[in-house]
Amino acid sequence: MADVPEKAKCVVIGAGIVGNCLVGHLTKLGWTDLVLLDKGPLPNPGGSTGHASNFIFPVDHNKEMCLLGEQSANQYRDLGLSVDSGGIEVARTQERVDELKRRMTSATAWGIEAHLLTPDEVKELVPFVNTDIVLEGFYCPTVSVVDSLETGTQMRNVAVNGGCHVAANTEVLDIITEDGPNPGDRTVKAVVTDKGTIETEYVVIACGVWSNRVANMADAYIPLVPAVHQMADVGPLDILAETNNEIGYPIVRDMDTFCYERQSAGSMEVGSYAHRPIFHHPDDIPSNEESALSPTEMPFTPDDFDEQMEQAIELMDMLGDAEIKYAINGLLSLTPDAMPCLGELPEVRNLWSAAAIWVKEGPGMAQVVAEWMTFGYPRVIDVHGADVSRFYPEERGDDHIWARSAEHFNKTYGIVHPQEQWESRRNLRVSPYFSRQQDLGADFFQARTWERPQWFESNADLVDRYEVEGREVEWDARWWSPITVAEHLNLRENCGMVDLSAFQVFELTGPGAVAYADYLAVNKVDVPVGRSIYTPWLTPDGGFHSDLTMMRMGEERVRIVTGVFDGGRDEFWARRHMPVDGSVSFANITDQITTLGVWGPNAPHVIGALTSQDLSQAGSPYGSLVDVELNCGGRTIEAVLFRISYVGDTGWEIYAAWDDGPVLWDALMAVGADYGLRPTGGGVYGTSGRLEKGYRLMGAELESEYNPLEAGLARPKVKAAPFIGKEPYQAAREMGDPEVSMCVLTVEDLTDSQGRKRYMQGGNEPILTQDGQRITDSHGRVSRVTTAGPGPSVDRHLLMAYLPAELAQPGTDLQVMYMNELFPVKVAGTGAVFDPDDTRLRS
Amino acid sequence: MRILCCVKRVAAPGAKINVTADGLAVDASHLGFATSPHEECGVEEAVQLTERHGGEVTVLTLGPAEAAEQLRYAASVGAHHGVLVATDGSAWDPQRTAAALTEAILELEAADGPFDLLVFGNESADSGGFQVGVRVAYALGRPIVNGIKGIEVDLENGGGVVRARREIDGGFEVYELPMPAAVGVKEGINLPRYPTMRGRLASKKLEIAELNSDAEPGGQSLVRLHRPRETVTETEILGNSPEAAAAVVDVLEELGVL
Amino acid sequence: MLLVVLEHDRGAMDEAAREALNFGRGLAAQMGAPLHAALIGADDADLVAEAGAFGAQAVYTVVSDVLADFGPEAWGEAAAQLIRRLEPGAVLAGGSERGNEIMAQIAARLDLPMVANCIDVQADSGAGEWTMTRQQWGGSLLEDALLNSERPLLTTGLHTVAAERAEEAVEPATESVEVDLDPSLARTMVKDRVVLEAGVTLSTAPVVIGGGRGVGSAEAFAPLEDLAAMLGGRVGCSRAVTNNGWRPHSDQVGQTGTRITPEIYIASGISGAIQHWVGAKASKHILAINIDPEANMVVKADWAVIADLHEVIPAIAEEIKRRRA
Repeated sequence: MADVPEKAKCVVIGAGIVGNCLVGHLTKLGWTDLVLLDKGPLPNPGGSTGHASNFIFPVDHNKEMCLLGEQSANQYRDLGLSVDSGGIEVARTQERVDELKRRMTSATAWGIEAHLLTPDEVKELVPFVNTDIVLEGFYCPTVSVVDSLETGTQMRNVAVNGGCHVAANTEVLDIITEDGPNPGDRTVKAVVTDKGTIETEYVVIACGVWSNRVANMADAYIPLVPAVHQMADVGPLDILAETNNEIGYPIVRDMDTFCYERQSAGSMEVGSYAHRPIFHHPDDIPSNEESALSPTEMPFTPDDFDEQMEQAIELMDMLGDAEIKYAINGLLSLTPDAMPCLGELPEVRNLWSAAAIWVKEGPGMAQVVAEWMTFGYPRVIDVHGADVSRFYPEERGDDHIWARSAEHFNKTYGIVHPQEQWESRRNLRVSPYFSRQQDLGADFFQARTWERPQWFESNADLVDRYEVEGREVEWDARWWSPITVAEHLNLRENCGMVDLSAFQVFELTGPGAVAYADYLAVNKVDVPVGRSIYTPWLTPDGGFHSDLTMMRMGEERVRIVTGVFDGGRDEFWARRHMPVDGSVSFANITDQITTLGVWGPNAPHVIGALTSQDLSQAGSPYGSLVDVELNCGGRTIEAVLFRISYVGDTGWEIYAAWDDGPVLWDALMAVGADYGLRPTGGGVYGTSGRLEKGYRLMGAELESEYNPLEAGLARPKVKAAPFIGKEPYQAAREMGDPEVSMCVLTVEDLTDSQGRKRYMQGGNEPILTQDGQRITDSHGRVSRVTTAGPGPSVDRHLLMAYLPAELAQPGTDLQVMYMNELFPVKVAGTGAVFDPDDTRLRS
Repeated sequence: MRILCCVKRVAAPGAKINVTADGLAVDASHLGFATSPHEECGVEEAVQLTERHGGEVTVLTLGPAEAAEQLRYAASVGAHHGVLVATDGSAWDPQRTAAALTEAILELEAADGPFDLLVFGNESADSGGFQVGVRVAYALGRPIVNGIKGIEVDLENGGGVVRARREIDGGFEVYELPMPAAVGVKEGINLPRYPTMRGRLASKKLEIAELNSDAEPGGQSLVRLHRPRETVTETEILGNSPEAAAAVVDVLEELGVL
Repeated sequence: MLLVVLEHDRGAMDEAAREALNFGRGLAAQMGAPLHAALIGADDADLVAEAGAFGAQAVYTVVSDVLADFGPEAWGEAAAQLIRRLEPGAVLAGGSERGNEIMAQIAARLDLPMVANCIDVQADSGAGEWTMTRQQWGGSLLEDALLNSERPLLTTGLHTVAAERAEEAVEPATESVEVDLDPSLARTMVKDRVVLEAGVTLSTAPVVIGGGRGVGSAEAFAPLEDLAAMLGGRVGCSRAVTNNGWRPHSDQVGQTGTRITPEIYIASGISGAIQHWVGAKASKHILAINIDPEANMVVKADWAVIADLHEVIPAIAEEIKRRRA
């Protein structure tokens, strides 16, 4: 019946909570000529929004999820389509009791009211809970229940009033792209529907569980899988009916059984994340017509739910005799890393994803995407963890998506350690030294797809040598080893060798390469050949997009070296902003290059044993690149010595051909034996060595919400050449001293109330004033721990955090909250706590 | 009372029914399975009768091994026993089905005594043959009336009487069947309860008796299933507001129903 | 001979029987056989004449005390005996509840296969098999079936054929047939009738005002009742409504409810799920009132008003009052 326009500025596919809010937000940001499509009818087209349980628990350990959840909750509140029901997470086990303490800590960090409740206090709020099996409750009064369908309708109406064309019952059949503007690029051109073709500049895929299928039409990927979340509605129950409203009792999350009980008028919805993972390929989801309820309310498979029923009855006996009136295998979206998929798809220009978003974060994430499309970057908060360009090719296939989603589905209500490692899909990418590292008992941590040794069991002898203490609380010791501290001390005393092959290495070549490199970077890339620079890349608003190293390899050749966590985002950023005149070519040469870092007082001796190159500061100055030949046990290989350090001791990153890696490793190990060289893990490189020097890490200290002045990374002058984010950066400089500064803090006493030493993990623990107040700035940014870890050479546990100027003074006494207890901390300063004058680097 | 209910496992009704590629069966992958609605009401009625008069409900189904699910569902809403006559999963024609059910009932009655009442669905939601209950009742010599939407049992009157109500336009007919008797019931006779959680959990412990049948195929056989041609209607929109009332009344006038 | 067993209620012929006669006329022609009819429990000249109007060349009547009122066992036994005597090439009945029930009784007694709800039948062309297309799932699916039977027993899909009379009425030969009925067969005879309401019923009403989930509550059906009363019609509803307890099941239009055949069905706030459609599709005209222009009911309707039924229904009532005044 409905026709679609022939042309539009932007086509949004999917009229669930996300698509509706997206067109609303785009309209508010001034967009016109929008089209919103859905293959289903309105107001409930049959996606996950239509059967969502519609509640928001505001506390999450993850900053993006928590703050965008809160942002969303407030948007629902502002529309008057939300009720604060309150909610209680109940603990049946001691492990969960500890987790609730961690929840309290996160609640404090994000400024969300929360209380721990005794079983009796739980019963006061929810009289039908069997408190015999409850040890403790975590109560959040601002847990809310929202009307996502009506919110979607109202946001859609905002867009309609701005001229947005809405076409329900309109199915997308194809997305047409055209090649260009640069070789290898494609750009979105049109959307083909069963009601006609729409030529368009932008397309946003916001169709929930169907998103990957629609992306695939454009040979692009939105790595998510439609997964079952079982829900049964039981009732009627008099005690619920008597509240005479949709929800009168707080929602109860029975955390240890991975279930929730949520009143819905006279009945109770029991939802589960405990059953076996049940996934469906998007092609196997029925159409509206083929569905008895809706496409995403699939037939209930009761066998999968029986255990949860028993547990639900255990917690609330009255549920046992209530009728199961409605039960579904409801579909929702899961991704391989449990984070949403937001942003422009790296495969196709102007094709955007707003997917893998649940009702609880829908309006906020829609706003993020709308801002991103409008301003070139989101403004609400930093969302690097949800950026769809974060995925490597190995992470985009169904094998990976299904395996990882299956692994984390049951952790939805699980207790997930900040350092927790995946079990499935390991060894996707390994360095040339992998078998050698295995032989040395390496404990591998996976960085996205890459395996990196975190420490080596072969270094266990160092623990005794340096008399390293273990950690007495299992949680603190989980995913940690005293060996990592021992490796650190050995590096400081002798020398350590770190495998850096996971570095993502790109090259820009061509007559425009240097100018383009300068356009990306804050600091000047146009330096003499053979020099390198460390530089931020800024967003158009002047916040951090990345920080990385750029090397002037030749007159028309710039190498970019960045960390593995952000390789996908940085590659996309570098490709996306390239000039379209053909003056620059881009290549990803990660697979060709291997990197080993050798640092410590003996590093010059070790490398000096392989080369006649002058390794003094004169012959190999800090920041320089020197081409050398290395004599590796009779074989000579070519390498580049890059004098740099992320750990605070002198040394080099050695760049060599991937295939030469093994002989290089063997040669260094052989000559290093006399110098105390030990293979050294990421625990030293990424945490303790870095922390002692106060070096910042993208994604931890560095986010788009902060600028280089705040991060302490501003240079004395701004270069003349234009670069992304220059104007806001200059404006910030003109404002004078930054409002906050990145600081290193020392924990002055690690002892908790039970007399145990505790070790903060760097999981957003809040920094508090001495009288226990949260510390926030005028933007609402909170002072919280961005990284935590040992400082073995300064004998302190170290934290990093942004602090307002008046607190960012050395010696300021503050507190950190960890596991709901307070520990005294002292501001060390904005720079290094170890060798602050860099004498060791200069030696 | 001893009551026997015959139920059929069917693709859950309520949505577009797809046919498998070979055209020989319904593709239930999107639908799941359910007890045919009339029969679901039959189980409810039987359970209510035993709640009022005492006794036990036995539920009998003929179908694939998976049809045990429907027996458990019946148990979860109060049925006491479950019996499965196993087929190879292919659809049995009505004569064969009736013969197999008759054998099964005779076997059950030989073991534990006669059933006072046999409850059938008026017709199955899927194949809708309208005959199995009648054939079984005839073979067993029991009186049967179809289309029943109300049952009362009088156990005092002689050997017992079933008063059954059948809906007709503007009212209902009343039948009085001497027990042992049979009825074909229709949805609407009651609003079947949903299982409780405890009922569901208890039903998992139901012991299901399995019987086999060597009944011969009857004269009707399936060639293929297909979808009727969709008729496309041009809908004339009379308006988008209550002002359209005038146009509506014009239509009513034109049709002469005013 | 093709024998049509005529369904009637105490002398009033059922619409389904007319449909069967019309269908049977074509089938008899195909078989090259005469169309005959059987009247069980009635010997009524009007019924005979009506059968003639549909082309029945002969009508057999069977009367007995045991057939004084409808009773499936006695009717089935009487018909079975008649069939044994007449040995028709095939037997047909209408696809109403009673029609199917009697045919099932006949089938059980003759131990012959029975195929219910046929919409198309190809008589045996010498291969020993009949083929037919019949309804499954209330007509949502069709089944092509093979029938291997010396004497096909068939019913027609309810309201799938029109009740058209023959171009030329015939005056049927009549024959009263004696049958031997055990008095105990009266055990399933109608014992009593209870009339709940006079006037039109849902299945016979010329106008049906349907309400679905969109009506919102039991109370909100009042304006629908008012409008139905003004038009001499009845209120029907969807399965969602009876499941919510807003209306009794007897008001349900659908596969498991009533199949309606009004001159016009005004479906308001009904999305048009397939089960409902099965019961509504025999309506001669459909007018949908719905806020969703893409609702299935709207798409399938002849006319539609895209607006809130709570405003439109009273407006229609007002308009009717205005014109009548």
